[in-house]
Amino acid sequence: MLARDPGFRPATSIRATNDFMIRFDNVSKRYPGGFEALNNISLELEDGAMAFVTGHSGAGKSTLLKLIALIERTTRGQVHVNGQNVTSISRRRIPFIRRRIGFIFQDHNLLFDRTVFDNVALPLVIAGYRHQETGRRVRAALDKLGLLSKERMYPITLSGGEQQRVGIARAVVNKPLLLLADEPTGNLDPALSLEIMELFEQFNEVGVTVLIASHDTGLLDQLGYPVITLDHGRLAGAGQQSA
Amino acid sequence: MKRTRHNRHQSTHHWSATLRRMLSPRTWLARHAQVALDSLGRLYRNPLATLMTAAVIGIALAMPACLYLLLNNMDRLSGAWDGQAGVSVFLKDTLPVAAAGKLASRVRGWPEVAEVTLVTPEQALEEFRQRSGFADVLDTLDENPLPAVLLVLPAPEQSDPQSAANLQNKLQALPETEQAQLDLQWVQRLTAMLALAQRGVLLISALLALAVLLVVGNTIRLEIQGRREEIVVTRLIGATDGFIRRPFLYSGTWYGVIGALLAWLLVETGFWLLASPVRQLADLYQSSFQLQTLPVLLLFGLLAGGILLGLLGSWIAVGRHLGTIEPG
Ligand SMILES: Nc1ncnc2c1ncn2[C@@H]1O[C@H](COP(=O)(O)OP(=O)(O)O)[C@@H](O)[C@H]1O
Ligand SMILES: [Mg+2]
Repeated sequence: MLARDPGFRPATSIRATNDFMIRFDNVSKRYPGGFEALNNISLELEDGAMAFVTGHSGAGKSTLLKLIALIERTTRGQVHVNGQNVTSISRRRIPFIRRRIGFIFQDHNLLFDRTVFDNVALPLVIAGYRHQETGRRVRAALDKLGLLSKERMYPITLSGGEQQRVGIARAVVNKPLLLLADEPTGNLDPALSLEIMELFEQFNEVGVTVLIASHDTGLLDQLGYPVITLDHGRLAGAGQQSA
Repeated sequence: MKRTRHNRHQSTHHWSATLRRMLSPRTWLARHAQVALDSLGRLYRNPLATLMTAAVIGIALAMPACLYLLLNNMDRLSGAWDGQAGVSVFLKDTLPVAAAGKLASRVRGWPEVAEVTLVTPEQALEEFRQRSGFADVLDTLDENPLPAVLLVLPAPEQSDPQSAANLQNKLQALPETEQAQLDLQWVQRLTAMLALAQRGVLLISALLALAVLLVVGNTIRLEIQGRREEIVVTRLIGATDGFIRRPFLYSGTWYGVIGALLAWLLVETGFWLLASPVRQLADLYQSSFQLQTLPVLLLFGLLAGGILLGLLGSWIAVGRHLGTIEPG
């Protein structure tokens, strides 16, 4: 039953890694200072699933996402992304893994000296798309996020919610298999937060796996997706949040 | 489960398409042209800083180029006189003109001598009067102070320095001779000095090249610092090291190109300014000598040097500073 239900579960039974978008086997992360941010984490996220990571500030939510995007490397254990063991993948190959992942940051990480269009086009420029193809895809992404009229504007002139949507447009423009969002609604009011979450649901509906870190438990309760709860770097609880 | 399969199929398709796109030569060229233009645009938006860096390269390239060209010209000059080394025999001023004439024909009979010209004191004075511009001063002299001179040219097969020196000794030993002077000496000295100067130019060039590397390296380092955030963000969304490096390497190359053009302008201007005094000087020596700048070759040399230094300088900076900028 559980296997058919796209969602999160603790890694209890051994299964082919191919069925999962994300799989952690006894993963620990110790930062250079010696602080252990994640301690012996094992989890699986099915291809096409949508789930949340929650926990107190400093629980290790961001660290978990960073290990998936290879922004940080594991100290112990194995990480698989889309059926590929990326635990000790070489530095040179990391960019090609990242191109299949859309990462959305709390502080959006937009480039303020470029227009909305150029910000969203960046992943396509990096991947080497043709000019026309880039324009077509960027406009499609901006249209989806209701930003088409702002393509010539600079991010600084946009509201917080609009800036976050530009960040999302940039994350989805290259049609990633996996969307990672670190506190995407951290700076937004509840109505805007819900709007952003609905966008993630729409991407999930067309097959994109979505993993969102958030400490906004009220919002998670409303949505009723699987939740991974971290407590001081350990897995505290997991499962369907009561809907 | 169905959705999963579909997804994975899409992803393989996606990847082969990406590979095809990246390997296509047209997109590859277009991408490089785009980055090159972007880098040039960045330099254009900071004209003062760009000109300052380019000027350092320009001056550093122009100095060795000028020195090299000057040496080259002097080399041509000394080469023109090579093999024409003769011995000037200043005769004792007590010697009558008739005896000088007889001595000239006697020396002309020697096997190692090709030609002898007798310059009488009167001829010497007349020539000196015309050439030196001291005519008025000479007119005040009661007596001709100049001695008679034999200009002795060795036979072609005897014109090497050793034979010429032997001839000089033989002429010096003549009782009529006051002094026999080998004209070859100054040519040899000039050649030796030129060889030394060429070494000096090489050394100066090497030092200047090092200075250029430091200046370009520092400029690119500042540029990298200024674009730190952009580098982090592009890394986060999958940029390779090559992609991140490229604009900085193009910046370095452009600095080299602009610097080379400035250097070319400096050298050409310098030689244009020198050309007319040199022509006057050459006229004074009844020589057809002209300064040469080899314009096309010079331009190519400067461009090659500039691009090499710019690229190398930025390469060093990129290697040292880009690796430390990682998201985290
Ligand atoms: N680069 C780092 N170096 C050292 N410690 C870090 C670093 N990043 C995070 N940490 C520590 O790891 C712990 C977990 O951090 P983080 O994953 O950001 O938590 P969360 O996102 O849940 O707030 C925190 O105590 C934090 O101080
Ligand atoms: Mg965090």
